[in-house]
Amino acid sequence: MTHPLLSIRDLRVEFETDAGPVPAVRGVDLELEEGETVALVGESGCGKSVTALSIMRLMSGRVAGGQIDFRGQNLASLSEPAMRRVRGAQIGMIFQEPMTSLNPVFKIGRQIEEVLTLHQGLSPSAARGQAVELLGRVGIPSPAARLEQYPHELSGGMKQRVMIAIAIACRPALLIADEPTTALDVTIQAQIMVLLRSLQRELGMAVLLITHDLGLVAHFAERVNVMYAGKIVEHGGVREIFKQPAHPYTRALLAALPDPTKRARLEAIGGRVPSPAMLPRGCAFCTRCKHAFEPCPDQQPPLFDVGAPHVAACWLHDPGRAAVLES
Amino acid sequence: MASAAVSVAPLTSAETPLVEVSGLRKYYPVRGGLFGSVVSQVRAVEDVSFTIAAGETLGLVGESGCGKTTVGRLLLRLLEPTGGRVRFAGQDLAALDRQQLRRLRPRMQLIFQDPYSSLNPRRSVGDAIAEPLFVHGLARGAELDRKVGELLERVELPSSYRSRYPHEFSGGQRQRVCIARALALGPELLVCDEAVSALDISIQAQILNLLRDLQQQYRLTYLFISHNLNVVRHVADRIAVMYLGKLVEVADADSLFSAPQHPYTKALLSANPIPDPDIPLAPIVLSGEIPSPLNPPAGCRFHTRCPNVFEPCYGVVPEARLVQTAGQVTPHPVWCHLYDDAQNPG
Repeated sequence: MTHPLLSIRDLRVEFETDAGPVPAVRGVDLELEEGETVALVGESGCGKSVTALSIMRLMSGRVAGGQIDFRGQNLASLSEPAMRRVRGAQIGMIFQEPMTSLNPVFKIGRQIEEVLTLHQGLSPSAARGQAVELLGRVGIPSPAARLEQYPHELSGGMKQRVMIAIAIACRPALLIADEPTTALDVTIQAQIMVLLRSLQRELGMAVLLITHDLGLVAHFAERVNVMYAGKIVEHGGVREIFKQPAHPYTRALLAALPDPTKRARLEAIGGRVPSPAMLPRGCAFCTRCKHAFEPCPDQQPPLFDVGAPHVAACWLHDPGRAAVLES
Repeated sequence: MASAAVSVAPLTSAETPLVEVSGLRKYYPVRGGLFGSVVSQVRAVEDVSFTIAAGETLGLVGESGCGKTTVGRLLLRLLEPTGGRVRFAGQDLAALDRQQLRRLRPRMQLIFQDPYSSLNPRRSVGDAIAEPLFVHGLARGAELDRKVGELLERVELPSSYRSRYPHEFSGGQRQRVCIARALALGPELLVCDEAVSALDISIQAQILNLLRDLQQQYRLTYLFISHNLNVVRHVADRIAVMYLGKLVEVADADSLFSAPQHPYTKALLSANPIPDPDIPLAPIVLSGEIPSPLNPPAGCRFHTRCPNVFEPCYGVVPEARLVQTAGQVTPHPVWCHLYDDAQNPG
């Protein structure tokens, strides 16, 4: 088998606080093949954005351990100048807030051309030509005129298109999309997701989709990683995750979604996510889990195989214990 | 898809609706020039009419800037309408003087999207819940304390939490506090403006269940404003869809989702990703952007993006037409020229 495009092994990220280091990401493994779309889902504070920002080395936390292999180099230990050649050129990123991700004092054109002159060494006039083409490609009408506008003159959806144009300017092998449509209306969300999918096919780029929206995941991802309290608790193909969820958290999350086909009372998950400073020694979900039993509070469950490419970090799936439980 | 009945808002019950809105308008002046004269108007809400029966949940959906929040505030008369009428329990809100309005206020309350900014960080949650009771002179002293404790328990929080401050609570718990405060005066109508939009899925489900339980216990009437179609589908009996300040369609929730009639409703629903990989997502991708309410398109406001646009749409504002879909008992109003042959509600 060839090497995956991106392979994260045992990533750990901590934030320094007055009360000592607080773990935000606690040993995440993640893989992406060329050209595929993988989702990282979870609720606020689960560490999904921190994981994404660690790949780009763009966050204020400290990587306390682990490897981020991208095309054979470990991004976690790359020098800053070398990292700068990866960022933007080989890995593009778009964020939730197109409003705050663009610099308000520079024209759109300058912000796109900057990437092209910096990473591809294009001349100013060549960069201008490319920028016009890029804006056209992300579906912005009269692109040449738009280059002369400032971000505040564009709507939210248009700004996200500009962000996408910047992110794909150097034809990156990987695009990290961190809640790309959360701030947008549903009809605009549809435009942006359709655009991302067609660009992905055209450029053959892999997409790491970070979102809390299970609707988007169901329709745009091939594989899904479910994250809870800094760990990946389940990973599998999109159909396995939605049709045969194995981890009690994934099951509870799907059951808590308002079902558009029936109006029954929702199965809410009781309690709340434990604070990262006060996690149980064992499974972080055990405080809210209906199935918690004797090993859960004290022993960290590893990822058990529950299907072909489908794993879940839950003691219920421990082959040894399953036999004990059944007897 | 022919039609028969005569009233714009078909009601299943014979009683007068709790809320009756007719021809509601809200324009905001845009000032400019040296002396700040009014140069134009933002037409945020234009000719909106609907009713809500007692005990019913009406969902109000639409995208940002469509005017749904403004409608909610006009309903409670937190904003003065530019035109049109709101009747609450048969009383015309515009005809009431300050005193009368004040006496009516306890019967209608509001829950906001952001539980972080709608509670005063320097006051305990007990004080926040007690305030409406105190202001309206409904309880004092020990009685007030007892009521606050009771309200906290109604939203499934321990009554001992009353001395805590908002920062000690999670988002879901704060929203519970806001609900307790809204319930303090025993309202009949609750306007929930994106009440669960800021919450995570697991917490959102808790609050939706709570709102449902409270509705059953106290026969509450909800205007549930949200951009989240799956949530609205879950809570609402009927759904009103707004686009750029105007209603485009009002129907019972099942009919709206199974057989949307207005081209905008169709596009909106088709773009909504259902969290199930087996239900294909085939969005009708609308071209362009939502126009500015400062200068809304003539004729039908949706005509600039409508896939079915034809000649009358450019110049003539569509009127309500009653359309009956298969399986629907009563026809429902749709504001679209495609249905010009259908029954005029008169």
